[in-house]
Amino acid sequence: MSAATPPQTDPPAPQGPRAPGRAVGGVLGVARDTTILRSLAIVVLAGVVLYIVSESLSPYRNLQLANGAYLFAALAGLTMLIGLSGQVSLGHGAFLAAGAYTVSLLVSKEGWALAPSLVAAVAVCCVIGLPVGLAASRLRGPYLAGATLAFAVGLPALADKFPNLFGGENGLTINPPVVPSWLGTNFSLEEWQAWIACLGALIVLLVLLNLYRSGLGRSLRAVRDDEIAASLCGLRVGRMKTLAFVVSAGCAGLGGGLYAAVLNLATPSAFSITLSLSLLTGVVVGGLGSLSGAIWGAALIVLLPNWTSDLAHSLSLSTNVSDNLPQAVYGIVLIVVILAYPGGIQGGVRAIVSLITRRRWST
Amino acid sequence: MTNFLDYTLNGISTGAVYAAVALALVLIWRATRIVNFAQGAMLMITTYIASSVISSTGSYVVGVIVALAAGLLIGALVERVLIRPVEHAPPLNAVIVALGLYTFLVALAGMIWGATPRSFPSAFSIRGYTIGHTQVLFSPNDTFIVLVVVAVALGLAVLFRATSLGLQMRAAAFAPEVAQLLGIRVGRMFTLGWALAAFTGAIAGVLVAPSTFVGPNNFDPILISGFVAAVLGGLDSPPGAVVGGVLLGLALSYVSGYEGSALVPLAALVVLVLVLMIRPSGLFSTTSERRV
Repeated sequence: MSAATPPQTDPPAPQGPRAPGRAVGGVLGVARDTTILRSLAIVVLAGVVLYIVSESLSPYRNLQLANGAYLFAALAGLTMLIGLSGQVSLGHGAFLAAGAYTVSLLVSKEGWALAPSLVAAVAVCCVIGLPVGLAASRLRGPYLAGATLAFAVGLPALADKFPNLFGGENGLTINPPVVPSWLGTNFSLEEWQAWIACLGALIVLLVLLNLYRSGLGRSLRAVRDDEIAASLCGLRVGRMKTLAFVVSAGCAGLGGGLYAAVLNLATPSAFSITLSLSLLTGVVVGGLGSLSGAIWGAALIVLLPNWTSDLAHSLSLSTNVSDNLPQAVYGIVLIVVILAYPGGIQGGVRAIVSLITRRRWST
Repeated sequence: MTNFLDYTLNGISTGAVYAAVALALVLIWRATRIVNFAQGAMLMITTYIASSVISSTGSYVVGVIVALAAGLLIGALVERVLIRPVEHAPPLNAVIVALGLYTFLVALAGMIWGATPRSFPSAFSIRGYTIGHTQVLFSPNDTFIVLVVVAVALGLAVLFRATSLGLQMRAAAFAPEVAQLLGIRVGRMFTLGWALAAFTGAIAGVLVAPSTFVGPNNFDPILISGFVAAVLGGLDSPPGAVVGGVLLGLALSYVSGYEGSALVPLAALVVLVLVLMIRPSGLFSTTSERRV
């Protein structure tokens, strides 16, 4: 009823008692059976890959990596919400705004360090997400979409209402994070920002990987697929949905806090309805419900404006056209993916992988 | 006290515009059970068309007629090309397609007409009437707005209740398969419903444009208010949409007058959540129960 595509995106259920005769010993076997160790292994692996990648990138590319990382945090939370709990939110841009403003306020006005203010950003967004989630758990389909859309339009207006606190249209600026001296003098600020943002993204990944494979994740899937059956089984449907919304809001809050750390400012115009809709585009294009899909989505949102401005330059289009080209592409991509290929990029990857494995089995 | 009177009068004229947008949403909801989140962008495009035609021909009437025709055409096209494939899919698919259309149309308008909002002429004077020695916040143009919206609402009521075409449209929406068996072209009725809705939206666009100006994102708040008004009225009841529009117009006008216009979108959100929590079937719903 509420999920857009029957997501074939769930990772396989954790294996039960190990099949006899398959004695895979050592760390690998334990990791395969224990969700937390498996998630940790994935996250550590991803961390190593990100470290190697960021070392080899130019400062500009590192800044893009940092942008992708904070977007991933928000997208992963949103894709969990839509794919796992079946609730749609068009208002996640507002949570990003809340996170970014929290960090900016605490760092610039209260003189907090970055790490505790990021924690505070997550806490603030969880607190805001609770009433929104409570309301959302009672709504479905277009009603939920409309309510969260109104939330996305309404919340940034607070910056205009309290200009002394939130800096009005100009927003708040903060000093960029200071590169620790032990990294050496040649270490670029952009790479340090990329490290901070990637660390945040990895924490989100760890939390969500566990959530997907935990009892809570299975309960959410049950609620998504059939609410009545789930409540007959004793699941507290409303509480499950609210919890999913709060977790998702917290992820977006961390993403917003990282946004402030990477771009060093928070303005109301940065968190317009357009941002909420590009988040939705990223989630749909990557593949609804898929955490790997969130990586594709983040990459698309970061790289697409680059590609379109290159294209606009090479075709010498006017600024009106080139400024709006990314949005136009988002719109077309949203429609085409839903009409023609609801599985998104990750759905395509999965189809290719299963094609290859099937061929290997048949030969 | 004069403030209160002014806010009330202003609320009635903005409420009439909300009612028109709500009517557009209700028409589509009745026909295809889809909330058209692209409605704001569709009426933005038709209003831009009106603005261009007016500035090149100099005639307000010609501009409005072209805009309304464009509305009919856009509505029918959108239904045939984009909505038909997702009519039987889960509701989220239609929501995402509508949002994709919204994003695309906003970008398209920015490409063609630029990001700077432009002014739009009003049909009649926007100087308020003078009663005694005080000027009130209600102008001949506001009278025009209210009369047009009332006429549209009455026209739709006559269409749905007193004509064979309206009966066919209601039948197609109520029981598509039975209607088809009885020889009604159900698909054509859906297309007609979308065209009529976009037509109504185009009317709302030219009515509200003198006060909001015409820009790619200038009609977003109107869409939110129209949605809230439609939900207030039950989402499937045209009279409910009109009453919901006026009630919301009054509420938002008081909030804007006493607390500042920045809080208007949040106030709309509060009204929406309260209505959905307390009386989810809307204030004037014809159905006894619905799942929100």
